[in-house]
Amino acid sequence: MARIAQALLKRLGGMAIVLALVVTVVFIIVRVTPGDPAAVMLGSDATPADIAQLREKMGLDAPLLLQYGQFVLGILQGDLGQSIFLNQPVTTALAARAEPTFFLTLFSILIAVGIALPVGILSAVKRGTIFDQIVVTLTMVAASVPSFWLGLILIQVFAVGQGWFPASGYGGPETPFFERLHHLVLPAVALGVVNSALITRFTRAAMLDVLGDDYVRTARAKGAGEGRVILKHALKNAMIPIITVIGLSVAMLVAGAVVTETVFGLPGVGNLVVSAVLRRDYPVIQGALLVVAAIYVLINFIVDMLYILVDPRVRL
Amino acid sequence: MNTMASLSMPFAAGLRRLFGNRAMLFGAIILAIVILAALLAPWVAPYAPNKLSIINKLKPPSMTNFFGTDEFGRDIFSRAIFAGRISLLVSLGVVVISTVLGVILGVAAGFFRSLDAPISRLLDAMMSFPDILLAIALVAALGPSLTTVILALGITYAPRLARIVRGSTLVLRELPYIEAAVAMGLPTWQILARHVLLNLASPILVQATFVFASAMLAEASLSFLGVGVSTDMPTWGTMLASGREYMNNAPWLMVFPGLAIVFSVLSLQLLGDGLRDLVDPRLAKES
Repeated sequence: MARIAQALLKRLGGMAIVLALVVTVVFIIVRVTPGDPAAVMLGSDATPADIAQLREKMGLDAPLLLQYGQFVLGILQGDLGQSIFLNQPVTTALAARAEPTFFLTLFSILIAVGIALPVGILSAVKRGTIFDQIVVTLTMVAASVPSFWLGLILIQVFAVGQGWFPASGYGGPETPFFERLHHLVLPAVALGVVNSALITRFTRAAMLDVLGDDYVRTARAKGAGEGRVILKHALKNAMIPIITVIGLSVAMLVAGAVVTETVFGLPGVGNLVVSAVLRRDYPVIQGALLVVAAIYVLINFIVDMLYILVDPRVRL
Repeated sequence: MNTMASLSMPFAAGLRRLFGNRAMLFGAIILAIVILAALLAPWVAPYAPNKLSIINKLKPPSMTNFFGTDEFGRDIFSRAIFAGRISLLVSLGVVVISTVLGVILGVAAGFFRSLDAPISRLLDAMMSFPDILLAIALVAALGPSLTTVILALGITYAPRLARIVRGSTLVLRELPYIEAAVAMGLPTWQILARHVLLNLASPILVQATFVFASAMLAEASLSFLGVGVSTDMPTWGTMLASGREYMNNAPWLMVFPGLAIVFSVLSLQLLGDGLRDLVDPRLAKES
């Protein structure tokens, strides 16, 4: 137990350092803008007085170190700044758009894992067969398809052609919850299918790695059924790389969601970021980057903790 | 040490392996076609990429316009070929920048123990940002142009290379001949240049191929979103973005630029996979 607590503390310390660096990187990104960020945001029609006012509002007139201090302090108090164009706090803007992004990411990961685990396991078990070769080929092709392109094709076939799903939008707060989720089916399939490729390949490789191991052979020799050998003995030991790649996929899904939300007109965080970039709304870009990276760091931490649960050797 | 084995592998044996790996050969051929078409675009493309012909707008694929025409009557085939130039140029630039940054950071972290922890944590932090999101933020900060897109994606993918380089350097550092070189008092730069960098060539080449593929997909995404390269020349992403509006009546506007992306990225993935098997034959047995 003491070892688990020690491992937990060590990883918490590592997470805190990475988070501090993430905050610093985000702070630097906005400051590398050539010229004055306030002038860039307001465009060529802005008067010097407007620019000065915005500089003051964003705290850009303070010395750099002070700006950094205020930035960190703000984050610790849950203040990510004020969106210039939406005229609302960045946290409010992000919270208002969190639902579609959260469910899109969740459904995509469920679809990706739902495809990848059984297909990857079966492919490894049936290694060298036509099924395996088809899986290897398809995963290679799927990893080469841009999710936004697959999304456009799905819209064409299943929304415009068959009319089974809405082509875009999400519905307002008055729209029933399940109808809102109905809007997410096509984007989640587009993202999930593309991202299942990587997880399938890792599952297959991890299973191939353990299927030849002595303990699997011993289990078979002891007369254990094939299903039990694969699911209990092999899969359990192959889980560490699989969990790692699922954790990594979350970051890829969020990146994919930025583009997919635009294709499907979903009012999520990705869409907010793209419109913020087009309007040079730096506080929003900064806030979104920070929140997404922090979530990723947190997921990595959870994955690390899962290792400890799955594989007792990690505790050592 | 597999990297050294691959470097010392005779050229003929390497070629035999290349031709023995059909998937890799297929990837190499497709990539060669894409590169040649892009290099020879003015001669290969039947029309100028921006040549308007309103009376021929939204024509389906035919013998005169292999991939059909767009809403301004421009030839999709010619535009797709010219778009390949931008895509290859951006991806190549990204590979160069990310490799240079990745090698510097990776070798520094792997060779000098005192630098390992700070650099590794920085890499962890950089890798916490989803690639497109970080690239979008950097492009927003630096302003959209060919150079900034290359720079933004180069910075975004550098940590991936740095991780691989660090790992390989850590292994190399412990090898007897490096220890001998240190003991002999050889200058550090000489050890790094002669013994470390040379042996890193294989893992770098493999990873660079995958970065090339990722950069191609990312560039297409940025262009599609309207935050990518702003030039008069078409890109596959901008072709898809403008073709979206007409996809009900003219699906070829979506199909061909999309296929161009898929085949180009697929060729790089196949090549990268094949190279990795070449460098580490143990992996070949698993695939």
